[in-house]
Amino acid sequence: MGMALKNSSKPQPIGVIGVGSFGTAIANMLAEKSEVMVYARKQEVVDEINTQHSASGKTLNPKIRATFSPEELCSSCGVLFLMIPSAAFLEVTRTFAPFLHPYHLVIHGTKGLVVKLGEGEDMDSVKKLRRNQIMTMSEVIIQETLAVRVGCLAGPNISKELSNDQPAATVIASKYNEVVQEGQRLLRSEKFQVYGNFDIIGVELSGVLKNIIAIAAGALAGLGLGENAKGLLISRGMVEMAHLSKALGGTVSSVMGLAGIGDLVTTCNSPDSRNFTVGYRLAKGETLDQILETMEEVAEGVNTVRIVDAFLKTAGIRAPITENLHRVLFEDLAIEEALQFLMKYPFSVDVDFV
Amino acid sequence: MEENYIKHQYAPILPKKDEWPVVKLARERKEFVNKVAALAEERILDLIGKNPEILKEELETTLYREKLRIKQNPWDVDPDDEGPFWGEVKNSLLQIHSEVSLTKAKKLEAYKAVLSKITSRYSEEIASNFKATHYKFTRRVVTYGFSRLLNAARVKGFGSLFSNQYTLQDKIQITGQTAQIRELATKGTIIMVPTHFSNLDSVLIGWIISVLGMPPFIYGAGLNLFNISIFAYFMNALGAYKVDRRKKNLMYLETLKTYSKEAIRFGCHSLFFPGGTRSRSGIIESKLKLGLLSTAIEAQRANFQQGISDVSGKIFIVPVTINYHFVLEAPSLIQDYLSQTGQERYYKENDEFSNSYKISKFLFKFFTKGSDISVSIGRAMDVMGNYVDQDGKSQDKWGREVNTEEYFMSNGKVTVDAQREEEYTQMLGKRIVEEFHKINRVFSSHLVAFVAFELIQTKNAKMDLFDLIRLPQEDLVVGYEEFKAACQVALDKIFELKAQGKIDAAPHLYRSMDEIITHGLENVGMYHAKRPLIKNKEGNLATEDMSLLYFYHNRLHGYGLEKLF
Repeated sequence: MGMALKNSSKPQPIGVIGVGSFGTAIANMLAEKSEVMVYARKQEVVDEINTQHSASGKTLNPKIRATFSPEELCSSCGVLFLMIPSAAFLEVTRTFAPFLHPYHLVIHGTKGLVVKLGEGEDMDSVKKLRRNQIMTMSEVIIQETLAVRVGCLAGPNISKELSNDQPAATVIASKYNEVVQEGQRLLRSEKFQVYGNFDIIGVELSGVLKNIIAIAAGALAGLGLGENAKGLLISRGMVEMAHLSKALGGTVSSVMGLAGIGDLVTTCNSPDSRNFTVGYRLAKGETLDQILETMEEVAEGVNTVRIVDAFLKTAGIRAPITENLHRVLFEDLAIEEALQFLMKYPFSVDVDFV
Repeated sequence: MEENYIKHQYAPILPKKDEWPVVKLARERKEFVNKVAALAEERILDLIGKNPEILKEELETTLYREKLRIKQNPWDVDPDDEGPFWGEVKNSLLQIHSEVSLTKAKKLEAYKAVLSKITSRYSEEIASNFKATHYKFTRRVVTYGFSRLLNAARVKGFGSLFSNQYTLQDKIQITGQTAQIRELATKGTIIMVPTHFSNLDSVLIGWIISVLGMPPFIYGAGLNLFNISIFAYFMNALGAYKVDRRKKNLMYLETLKTYSKEAIRFGCHSLFFPGGTRSRSGIIESKLKLGLLSTAIEAQRANFQQGISDVSGKIFIVPVTINYHFVLEAPSLIQDYLSQTGQERYYKENDEFSNSYKISKFLFKFFTKGSDISVSIGRAMDVMGNYVDQDGKSQDKWGREVNTEEYFMSNGKVTVDAQREEEYTQMLGKRIVEEFHKINRVFSSHLVAFVAFELIQTKNAKMDLFDLIRLPQEDLVVGYEEFKAACQVALDKIFELKAQGKIDAAPHLYRSMDEIITHGLENVGMYHAKRPLIKNKEGNLATEDMSLLYFYHNRLHGYGLEKLF
């Protein structure tokens, strides 16, 4: 495999794993400059891409070729974009692990956390989590594969807008300069700005933690509250994200960036987003079970609330929005009461982390 | 499970000393020194982007600092011509400065000539003075002398001085992956990274390497040790090159790194004390000095770049822990630690090792009384921290083969990326610390010191470390039964960790708890004027020196054992 790579003078295609809406959008953007090979699990999806240049109805650049062989993808590509939903992240990473080499650059675009649990444990039985039991997605990749040069993609990137070629920007974060530069080279265009950041954990956490605030934003909308309340939430949400990110090993400055505050504002104004919807429907009186029943994929923020709430119990810090959302989602607290509680919470200082 | 240590006779892996890399290096010393000087110069020019103005600034900074050092902090070992040399550098710089008509290129040339003189001087100064005959002599003196002392002390009766019943290996046990390190030393290049608690470590490790039948390793020894003639002799004999911690200028540091990197590439097995200096607190190193470690990664990459992809160009990192009941310098180390205000500052290295008399006294005590030492050799890793097998092949966590070269490749080629290698160095540092904790061998003395300190701290929960140390001695007493029970709890946890491969334990920890405690009390810091832990008249535990107790307690820091109290 390595030899095949060494001897080819032709530029390698860029690999994209996952053809959901975000994966498709990124594959199309990459295809403007490079050859692209995408991986899909199902034969019929692969055939659809290769013959009709579409994936579940979404149009794909005709230059994009598909494969359902992880081995083929890994041996053909030196750079891989891992664009899969967080629920499937661990499984897909393990599928690819045997074929990933230390020379691969892997950039993921998944916003979520994975919890390391002992045998017989699940999130219902585990009430406390330490930091070393929680992994960001880059930590999952490093733990499960031989790839070390890992990066992540985060920022306000609504797939629909990207597909419509509207201007946007993203952050590529990695400890490795070469990963940042390669990501910028591959993705940057007139309509798409790409910023670099060395604090990969902080950038990943920003993308993850903002989902909590997005649920709260949906709830405010569902309660029929106005823009003042939203401004309040975004500002307090940002403070909470900064504290949590710091406690989990990120820097405050990443929260201030595009992947943090940038994505937070976008998500809190996107009624279509799954996290926002969960909050909205909660406020309209549905229970979590009722909401989840009718959702195709779990809204990532629900998991994040659970994990972060368990982490708070060992971290010795308070995060009132997360804690109250946890009580609403899992302990039957009425959403109005949670709001009351937050309004009375003794925040004495506006900004206490800069 | 009692002492099951077997003494091995290890045959030399390279019987002919002409084949020893360190001998070859000594033979080519002059060429090697010149090569290092030239490469270091190149490296510095790259770093400053070949800009004559920056080079001028660096030269002036170096000159200033060197003059200051000569004036404020002179050592016996410093050569006499230092003053004149830097005077010349100063004159050259002034002359270049005064020639305003020089073009940029000419200026760079002129400054380069000065730089070249400096790197040549540093390279010569750093280079080791290894002599195979001295090495053999030293080795025989150490082994012969020590075993005479040992037998005199242990075998009673007339003629005991000439008995061979006990050898040094009874005193200093070598455990762990001895076969692997011997095997790999014939195939690739070894970099041994031991924990560092005492100035005796380097002599000890030198002896271990020779017992294991391996050719001498080269290593960077603090220049301050060369101030003491007895040490200087040992150090030279053991292949030491000199590291002068007073010199922190760019030119010196780059020359030093180049020396280390090129010696590794030459095939010299090397020894790094990755903590940089002796652990002041008694805690196993958790933050490593990455400067020299980065040269291992650079050397490995350079070998790959040159197409040496087989095992002969491979570099193996072997962590080693040295486990003591007693650290001679403990009182001054812990004082240093305590007076340190959290910032790095300069340490005056003196006291215990200030003269040969004290050292001899210690050595005599050491060999005639108890206090055994064990040295644990860890599993070898590649420079990325992957374990390697007997053949030097790297393996991942799941036992699959890993090609180390691929870590340095992009687009199918080995590439140079300083920032990448910096990250790799940090990863390697973390892996070494992990391995230190795994192969660290718990002694009875560590256990009793740890438990006693934790109990005292729990009783005075509101006090910080400094308050505790100031407590009157009568407040520093722990009841025996309580102590014994707590020791059992801690020991159970240690065995649990051992079963998970997270720590190692000495065989004497399988005795009864009363015996373990007795053994521990006899041995913990046994030669200090004030003992860290004793049994008082009432049969309870007391300390004569709380800060020493803290020092020995720290050996078990980093395993989460504190949570038991």
